Amino acid sequence: MAKVAELQKFKGTRGQIRRQRVERIGAIIISLVLALWMLVNIIEAPSQFAQVAILGLRNGLLYAFIALGYTLVYGIIELINFAHGDLFMLSAVFSSFFITVWFNQDASNPAGWLTFILCLFAVMVFGAVINVLIERLAYRRLRHAPRLAPLITAVGMSFLLNFIGLKWNGSTPRQWPTVIPNFDIYVAGVRINMVTIMLFLVGIPLLLGLNYIVTKTKNGKAMRATAQDRDAAALMGINVNKTIAFTFAIGGAMAGAAGLFYQQAVGTTNYNLGFQLGLIAFTSAVLGGIGNLWGAVVGAMLIGFIQGLNDGLPIAFGQQWSQSVVFTILIIILVFKPAGLLGKVTTEKV
Amino acid sequence: MAKRPISNVTLSNRKWALGYTIAGALLFLIYQFLLPWNGLPDGIYRGVYQWMPPAAVNESLVYVIMALGLNIVVGYAGLLDLGYVAFWAIGGYCAGWFMSEFFYFLNIHFFGSVGLDRPGIHINFWMVLIIGGFVCALFGVLIGAPTLRLKSDYLALVTLGFGEIIPQVFFNGENFFGFNISNGTKGIVIVDPIPVGVKNLGPFDFGWKLLIFILLAAVMVFISLRLRRGRLGRAWLAIREDELAASMMGVPLMRTKLASYAVGAFAGGLGGVAFATHVNGVYAERFNFAISIFLLAMVVLGGMGNVWGVILGAFVLSWVNGTGLVAFGKTFNSQFGTNIDFASFTFLLFGLVLILMMLFRREGFLPESRLKLVLNEDELDTASEAKKAKK
Repeated sequence: MAKVAELQKFKGTRGQIRRQRVERIGAIIISLVLALWMLVNIIEAPSQFAQVAILGLRNGLLYAFIALGYTLVYGIIELINFAHGDLFMLSAVFSSFFITVWFNQDASNPAGWLTFILCLFAVMVFGAVINVLIERLAYRRLRHAPRLAPLITAVGMSFLLNFIGLKWNGSTPRQWPTVIPNFDIYVAGVRINMVTIMLFLVGIPLLLGLNYIVTKTKNGKAMRATAQDRDAAALMGINVNKTIAFTFAIGGAMAGAAGLFYQQAVGTTNYNLGFQLGLIAFTSAVLGGIGNLWGAVVGAMLIGFIQGLNDGLPIAFGQQWSQSVVFTILIIILVFKPAGLLGKVTTEKV
Repeated sequence: MAKRPISNVTLSNRKWALGYTIAGALLFLIYQFLLPWNGLPDGIYRGVYQWMPPAAVNESLVYVIMALGLNIVVGYAGLLDLGYVAFWAIGGYCAGWFMSEFFYFLNIHFFGSVGLDRPGIHINFWMVLIIGGFVCALFGVLIGAPTLRLKSDYLALVTLGFGEIIPQVFFNGENFFGFNISNGTKGIVIVDPIPVGVKNLGPFDFGWKLLIFILLAAVMVFISLRLRRGRLGRAWLAIREDELAASMMGVPLMRTKLASYAVGAFAGGLGGVAFATHVNGVYAERFNFAISIFLLAMVVLGGMGNVWGVILGAFVLSWVNGTGLVAFGKTFNSQFGTNIDFASFTFLLFGLVLILMMLFRREGFLPESRLKLVLNEDELDTASEAKKAKK
């Protein structure tokens, strides 16, 4: 009995306890600094704060859709899919051409809204097909190779997609019209763009749908089983190849949706868009705990929020340090809490 | 037990020196004396200038220096570094700070190559090389110390993060908390010439500078080969092949990984200083992510872990990127009357190189025999199992 009590009291080795303590103190300090910074800004410019916060959350939603693809793929085959950001970029270019060139819509009217809905389906299929193709042609053959090989292949894939984007979109940024309602409304003196509201109206059901697929359907169950233990899943009669392809398809579809949202919200496309947004999205996935779906969403919202505040507030580093701020968050998270905010700590099995 | 013959080690280390010296001397003689010679047929002269101009050779050699450094991190220790450009930038700015008139309010001279009346810090090129190397090594340790505990792909990401942050610091460096540390996008222009005793080598002394770069590359080759043979190098290879097993055998993981970071970064510093003297300035926008990938592609293409493979990869890729593609495009377009922008195909080319090499020849063109076995472990296992089953 004494032994059981002792075991219950055991919270880890001395090193683990010290690490936990460092983590906790670090988290408290960082959140205090963040809170102080926000407080100062709220007092300084309250309406501006609300405005940039909303903009940041909108960007956070975009990041969330990209981050989901990273987190799904990492969860199942432990690969940082560097090409994912560029898939998002291609989707944005695809949406632009779909809406403006192929369907010739350039204003917010019923025809434009219909095209938007059509494009949402089309671009999700587009993203899914490309992502599955990438998996089939490159990553599948390297599944048993050393870690470095698929990672370098993913970087190569990213360059390849970049090239396609360069040829498709051109080497300079391109402006596109918005086809969903695009006017400002004022809530208590704070300007909110209709596009932001529309994105949340379309985006949140999509997220709920994804959650349903992963948690309730048979395919989702197979996905989670494969993520836990690929060999055991195969022994239980799950077609691992199909399940992994399905995961890539879902991730690609989410990136596709993000591409359309970005194109509609921001209105410009550029061939090197994917690299930066992909990295930010990956940071969000890591922040939330990689492999965890809601973690990715929460992390993305948080990153978007902080980045929005940094870019738009009077007392902040300003936009030219945007990248550095995001990567500093990434490094701090990886060093102090590699499992992320919502992730579980895993130990390496030997 | 019989003692291992030590003479073998030194012999194999001497053999390369001879070949390298001959190749280097040949290259130098061609570019320094044969090319400016009046008796040279005009066609050859123009051909060389179109396909292999002196500036391109020098640039390739700078890439060789840095690819050798990256090879120590990626090829020897097996740690994926996606932010190597950070070290290049730091090395470059070391040259910018210590060998130019950037700090115009100071007047520090230390065996510099310009007149004593010139403002700024002017330290001798050879010393700046060492300073740049050590500053980079220090940064390598600083970056590595908190992050090397991470799993391999997280580590890649953190290095990538640093590779983005450090160039951004220099890019926005015109007003870094009120100080001008890098002149921002304007860059630091006119770096001091290289003093070699009898004369100072300015930006257009390609031939002599070629000799200096060959020498620096030789230093890196020497360091790479010697370290690999030694205790540290064997520890790196052990970590690369199985980290867990290596640590069980008593290899101190952190210290060994940090050492690989430091040595790799040192080479980045050498390359950075060399590149600054090559282009005669430091420009913030040159340090971008594509360079990190470019260097990685050189290491992968040539053969991770094999010094000669990496040199080959660096030469081929930097030539293709710098002159080859453009020169080929010019010839192709004038031959067939087309108007294709070949320079825009670099993305396609590098992407394909990385993917195809990983799919079909993971070990590179000039593979290291040991790494070849590791990288194809899976196929070899299945092959030997099939053999057993046959029996």
